[in-house]
Amino acid sequence: MSIATKNPTIKNSVLEFKSTTFSVPVLAIYETELGHIKSLLKEKISQAPEFFKNSPLVIDLQEINRQEEAFDLLPLIDFLRENKLIPIGLGGGNNKQNNLAIEQNIPLHTIRNSQANKVVTQNTEKNKKDLVINRRAAEPDTAIVESMLISQPIRSGQRIYAKGDLIIMSHVSAGAEVMAEGNIHVYGSLRGRALAGVQGNKKSRVFCSSLQAELISIAGHYKTSEELDKTEHNSPVQIYLQDQALIIKEL
Amino acid sequence: MARIIVVTSGKGGVGKTTTSASIAMGLAKKGHKTAVIDFDVGLRNLDLIMGCERRVVYDFVNVINGEATLNQALIKDKRCNQLFILPASQTRDKDALTQEGVGKILDELAKDFKYIICDSPAGIERGANLAMYFADDAFVVTNPEISSVRDSDRMLGILASKSRRAENNEEAIKEYLLLSRYSPERVSLGEMLSVEDIQDILSLHLLGVIPEAKSVLNASNSGTPVILDKESTAGQAYEDIVARYLGEDRPHRFINEEKKGLFGKLFRSK
Repeated sequence: MSIATKNPTIKNSVLEFKSTTFSVPVLAIYETELGHIKSLLKEKISQAPEFFKNSPLVIDLQEINRQEEAFDLLPLIDFLRENKLIPIGLGGGNNKQNNLAIEQNIPLHTIRNSQANKVVTQNTEKNKKDLVINRRAAEPDTAIVESMLISQPIRSGQRIYAKGDLIIMSHVSAGAEVMAEGNIHVYGSLRGRALAGVQGNKKSRVFCSSLQAELISIAGHYKTSEELDKTEHNSPVQIYLQDQALIIKEL
Repeated sequence: MARIIVVTSGKGGVGKTTTSASIAMGLAKKGHKTAVIDFDVGLRNLDLIMGCERRVVYDFVNVINGEATLNQALIKDKRCNQLFILPASQTRDKDALTQEGVGKILDELAKDFKYIICDSPAGIERGANLAMYFADDAFVVTNPEISSVRDSDRMLGILASKSRRAENNEEAIKEYLLLSRYSPERVSLGEMLSVEDIQDILSLHLLGVIPEAKSVLNASNSGTPVILDKESTAGQAYEDIVARYLGEDRPHRFINEEKKGLFGKLFRSK
């Protein structure tokens, strides 16, 4: 909030969560045959054992549940843990799977999936590809990532995550957090945190009509409000990544 | 059909109970049968502000637990026969409230009452969540300072996502902004956020601005909702708010400084 107040010397100096952005491998499951999954996983792990050792992992069951196939999550979790992977989240699970995850101390992640506004976005899957066990690995990547459109203000304390682009027609309050694997567009004031390209897409950008953000991050490179150049404050800008540096440019 | 109004803020001490008492009294005075419920279990205050603390026999938690009927617990206001108060329990804590229990009481009240005002406790925990869960309208009370504004913003996020209406995918809760303890003089000195600053952050429908006034404290101490004090600017502001809520078109007052004489102007010049 420091930038929105009249007194710019007040900063959030007590606490700051500085490293909120990091890529976590997502394990998307496309079929229910556990034996098959296990053998493919083993193969992947053997290719890069060090990478997978103690690596956090989010399990994505969206696809399976879209096909309405029953899938028993527990053996998969056990298998992952046996192989030194640490499941830290579940997305797209049904009630039963979600309950099981909670029992197993695995938090639920909202991998949002609005049926409206199907838009083909740029190929953000590339970076993930190494991490996702894709049963159709040989086939060309035809994934359609939906963009998310929100017309309500994002209030303090709310968190929004978009698999593709995130378009916000209103403002983002201080203390709110908006994240997208693609670009983020904010047509109101951006006062909270905006994290674009959270899966590592360095080409993603943040656009906003008034920059008052607490934190801006693109593919893990971030700047806090303290580091944001005061000249761009309150003006419409775009932010992108160039040679590991965040560039803020007036629109 | 009854309309359930939650008076909420997130932050404490901004005037939720004062507002609840005055709004309830205002609606009742207009002839609408109104109940006001104190959700602040363990820190009961509403009965003091309403001046009925010596008539409390049974409370909200007694009714939830089936130890008393609703009619036994409701206290009829002595000044207005359309107004009833359901006090909180002072000896229990918020865990005594259950969603089913609260829902049942509100359903029962809804049969008989036109408006049900839920005076929310501060915070975003159980008491506050239950106070807002069943609401149709939300009066968000905010003071013109940054922490209150941010807490209100947080509360608005919760209203939009964790209410019964949100969970059932019904029409969202109608949210109104009530700006209390506003002092135009301090705003022009730059010591306080202005209405515009706050609207810029919250973008809410402004129902009214309640000026900072000594009469509020006096009214609280004497157990009279400040709306009954016709001389008081705060009382008049609440009167306006009730009228606006009921659909009357009244211009906003108390936002700008009153014209002062030459002497006053000289004194204020920096």
